[in-house]
Amino acid sequence: VKPAFAPGDRVRVRALNPQGHYRTPYYLHGRRGVVTRLVGDQPNPEELACHRIGVPFQPVYTVAFEFEEVWGRRDPAVKITADIFQHWLEGDGAR
Amino acid sequence: MAHDHHHDHGDHGHDPHAPIEEAHGAASDESVALERALRELLIAKGVFTAEAIRRQIEETESRTPELGAKVVAHAWTDPAYKAWLLRDAKAAVQEFLGIALNLTPGLIVVENTPRVHHVICCTLCSCYPRTVLGIPPAWYKSREYRSRVVSEPRAVLKEFGLELGPEVELRVVDSTADVRYIVLPVRPPGTGGMGEDELARLVNRDSMIGVALAREPDRA
Repeated sequence: VKPAFAPGDRVRVRALNPQGHYRTPYYLHGRRGVVTRLVGDQPNPEELACHRIGVPFQPVYTVAFEFEEVWGRRDPAVKITADIFQHWLEGDGAR
Repeated sequence: MAHDHHHDHGDHGHDPHAPIEEAHGAASDESVALERALRELLIAKGVFTAEAIRRQIEETESRTPELGAKVVAHAWTDPAYKAWLLRDAKAAVQEFLGIALNLTPGLIVVENTPRVHHVICCTLCSCYPRTVLGIPPAWYKSREYRSRVVSEPRAVLKEFGLELGPEVELRVVDSTADVRYIVLPVRPPGTGGMGEDELARLVNRDSMIGVALAREPDRA
């Protein structure tokens, strides 16, 4: 899978709720952030959990979120970063 | 932190010492039986040997925070090495420590500065850079730390005795994929003339997780 995003891109974590195992923490579902790093391709954990080999591998990005975007409480000096698989991200052209 | 935080929150409604977490050392009878059955079956089928398991446990438990401390001290004294470490931690750690990391997850070193402070966590489970820091502390795996460090990071750091000024950007790094993080702490003041061995002794485990600063040298 080709990388669809690059550092600096604004993205939104998709609010999927698939059955079974996934590695996108619930507290970030639907939250907007900025890509800070392309980590590389990694096996899809949702596939691995079903005893498959995780193909297609997904590009993984470090995404930085403002604290307020995540929790609705203001602390401008705090950011949260997480490593998110590409199929959980969509472009966020809104800002 | 695990022993005094709950005084602030009388509304949790549960015994914080209840054996619900791995951190408290209680695996269920069911999982113990399952592990044993699976292990014995794999040995019987020749997938691996009991000796190989023992060797792997020995190897895993031989890793300690002193390894990470050596890497940090080297990065403090050699700017070219530090640049390599921040760019490609796996290769830089492998080369310097002479340990093989080829089968382990990715490794990223994040640099703390007087303006930016990182703290690492894994809200989903207990991902931790074991190959370089060894077995994670019990609190790192606790539900309290994993949930609170992302939702009230300043309060959590304060419980660890670390209060950051308002000018410091705090970045909470959640290890959600196949990457492990290590913090490169700020080199303490008053360490100008120190050699690497002496510096490494100032690098405590918690400073590489980001819940503490590296120790300052004792003043003579």
